[in-house]
Amino acid sequence: MGTDTLIDHFGVILVSFWGTVRLAVTAGLWSAALGLVVALMRVSPVPALRAAGTLYVTVLRNTPLTLVLLFCGLGLGATLDVHFSRDDLSMDNFWLAIVGLSCYTSAFVCEALRAGVNTVPRGEIEAARSIGLTFTQTARLVVLPQALRAVIAPLGSIVIALTKNTTVVYVVGYLEASRQMKLLFDEDGASVQVFAGFALGFMVLTIPAGLVFGRLARRLAVSR
Amino acid sequence: MNVLYETPGPRARLRNNVVTLLVVTAVLGAGYAIGTRLQAKGQWDSALWKPFLDVQVWTGLLLPGLLGTLTATVVSAVLALTFGVALGVGRMSARRWIRVPVGAVVEFCRAIPLLIMIFLVQAGSFALLGRSFSAFTSVVIGLTLYNGSVLAEIFRAGVRSVPRGQSEAAYAIGLRTSQVMRHVLLPQAVTAMMPAIVGQLVVLLKDTALGWIVAYEDLLNAGIRLIPATFSNLIPAAMVIAVIYIALNIGLGALAVRLDRRNPAPDPRIPGRAKALSPARIDSRGYAIGPVT
Repeated sequence: MGTDTLIDHFGVILVSFWGTVRLAVTAGLWSAALGLVVALMRVSPVPALRAAGTLYVTVLRNTPLTLVLLFCGLGLGATLDVHFSRDDLSMDNFWLAIVGLSCYTSAFVCEALRAGVNTVPRGEIEAARSIGLTFTQTARLVVLPQALRAVIAPLGSIVIALTKNTTVVYVVGYLEASRQMKLLFDEDGASVQVFAGFALGFMVLTIPAGLVFGRLARRLAVSR
Repeated sequence: MNVLYETPGPRARLRNNVVTLLVVTAVLGAGYAIGTRLQAKGQWDSALWKPFLDVQVWTGLLLPGLLGTLTATVVSAVLALTFGVALGVGRMSARRWIRVPVGAVVEFCRAIPLLIMIFLVQAGSFALLGRSFSAFTSVVIGLTLYNGSVLAEIFRAGVRSVPRGQSEAAYAIGLRTSQVMRHVLLPQAVTAMMPAIVGQLVVLLKDTALGWIVAYEDLLNAGIRLIPATFSNLIPAAMVIAVIYIALNIGLGALAVRLDRRNPAPDPRIPGRAKALSPARIDSRGYAIGPVT
């Protein structure tokens, strides 16, 4: 019975995983950009910037993702009437979910980058300052190139976590893999085969991502 | 972190002040924009916020919800720690027929999104037993399987960080494999990994919120469903429960920092005493840098 469900709905399942991939890639890019900005704020010489960055990270990484996404869907969307698309409900929900996922994930990206900054030897930064480079120059020319290469592996685990976290978008109502699995379970009853199909789908997404980031991390490692 | 810039001189102080002014203006501006948006939708109406001054809202809705969250957290944490030790030790077993299947279970449970696992537990229990597990049971099983597997890897990394001389010495005085694990390796592994373990418990606490999706009555349920259903104040209620979640997690994070401080600092003169190279490093504010969810 389960195998039939899996075969009959193969196309629908693929479409739902395409939704998962779109969420993960779009939120990944936004959270990388946002995370970089917040990380720079948190290491900047201006106390107000550091405080703002710290507040942002503290709030977002200590709030459950379910609450963040519900806030985007019900709070931003339904109550405050913030909409990205008036005529396409699915697109509207997609972007509301992207706002939640990106804000949440960017807090973790920021912390990973900050940890990367710590791997840059003190002496190099002091040398950069001694020859008269400003904070921005030190960050751009000396610190970030090394820090970014050091955080590739942690960023890989964030990407994998993000891919798995897209399932929580269930609460916003955009069709991705977890919603599709729930629909199939509700329709035909739970079956090991259907679950195995979805589990396999997630492994197909996350395992190569882990391998690619692992390889990149080794190839780009800063040799000291 | 102040290795990145000089102690500000007069010009830098001026520049910093200008930037500070810009930041404050930007934050205030954004706050004003959000505030007017909330105002336009009537979100500042006192009727929406007053319920939180009412004792009955706390005793009748919020605190029972908080209790639900804490119960799920504590029960899952105890089970996940037990399960984690079992899996971690199993994965380090000398016997292949234990090591390989346990490794497969750990990798599988870590690779599957928790929500999917909870759906499976609920729907699967119906298919097998004819009636669904309660939301609480489903959530606890899901959280135990996922966090148990992550904790297993943390324990394993902890055991590997214990210097080889320790187990060699234990074998040399005649302890058996299980005794070496129990009396020598695990205690040191747990101490060294305490920050990472607590960090994972923060993740677990946050993940109990997934239970809401399968109708578990937790803090999220109180703030998103029950209170707005009565007072139609979704945004204020969401903010209040967010503050409670944040306070709980910061409390747990502070515990992690305190526990880490009790760890002995690495002493290079004693080759046997190295501080663990935890996969989840903890920064000065108590955030685990490793586990992400």
